[in-house]
Amino acid sequence: MNCIIIDDESTARAIIRQLCVNVKNLFVLEEFPNAIQAIKYLNQNDVDLIFLDIHMPDFTGFDFIDTLKNPSKIILTTSDSNLAIQAFEYNCIVGYLVKPITLQRFEKAIEKAKNSTLIQVDKIVNDQNEPSSEDDLYVNIDRRLIKINIPSIYLVEAKGDYIQIKTEDKNYTVHSTLKKIEEKLPDSAFIKVHRSFIINFNKIIDIEDNSVLIKRDVIPVSRSNRPELMKRLNLL
Amino acid sequence: MEKPNLSYIESMSGGDTIFTEKIIDIIKNEFPQEKELYYNNYNSNKYKQAADNVHKLKHKISIFGLNKSYKIAVAFENNLLEGNTNLNNEFNSILVLITKYLQKI
Repeated sequence: MNCIIIDDESTARAIIRQLCVNVKNLFVLEEFPNAIQAIKYLNQNDVDLIFLDIHMPDFTGFDFIDTLKNPSKIILTTSDSNLAIQAFEYNCIVGYLVKPITLQRFEKAIEKAKNSTLIQVDKIVNDQNEPSSEDDLYVNIDRRLIKINIPSIYLVEAKGDYIQIKTEDKNYTVHSTLKKIEEKLPDSAFIKVHRSFIINFNKIIDIEDNSVLIKRDVIPVSRSNRPELMKRLNLL
Repeated sequence: MEKPNLSYIESMSGGDTIFTEKIIDIIKNEFPQEKELYYNNYNSNKYKQAADNVHKLKHKISIFGLNKSYKIAVAFENNLLEGNTNLNNEFNSILVLITKYLQKI
């Protein structure tokens, strides 16, 4: 079995490489400090297994997986122990190793990767993905799945690798992207008004030029998103 | 305060001293860069970016067997994501501890 390692931390790459040395018939083809370089490599080479860090600047491990058409088996290597549920939404992820990785856990993960098939994982994921309620959104914060009532959300803001979800009662900072949450929110109530903001259409207080007042937040409306916003207003 | 140790690295090496030396060299090179990045972001009040830096530094903390410090780093990372700087002093002490340890080994 051959593999590649993707991790922006050189210490982590060196440790995983050393762990691979201890496993019979596991060969490291290449290692990459970022996902972009790995994508270029994968466009021209087949690999059996990818060790992938999640938390990388600019392009996260999940962003990387989203770009792959026919992903290889992936073992996530991360310092986050609270992303396991999100990880298993992907049928290509066959293992999840929390750093610092011990040889024992590493060997177990490799064994599991050898024996797993992507179809089996897919089945499990499909069963788990049944939504519990259309009005609820579950977000992973500090190892807990927190239920958020979707109609109570009035604003979602992108902040680097995170999004901030503002509701009537509380604000939540979640490791995710605006694109991902946009897919989960109903079009009937939510509209993207700027590349960094999604608003709940029903919570608008007023609109002035290129901004919208929602609760106490003044949100910019980009030129490209303004026509769609104006189209949906019930204008007198 | 707990003391850093090389138990984890030695368990990885399987007696291969070349690996042990190599990994220590990598950490000696990478840790100051990550630390500087963290201080720059923290001192500029860029707490989200600083949280990302803490996330990376956590791995080094765990490599040196600093279990209690690791828990502090986890809590501090979460605090920073909320814009809360509680535990900053405790986290700085951990960075100082590792810096001094790396100068010794």
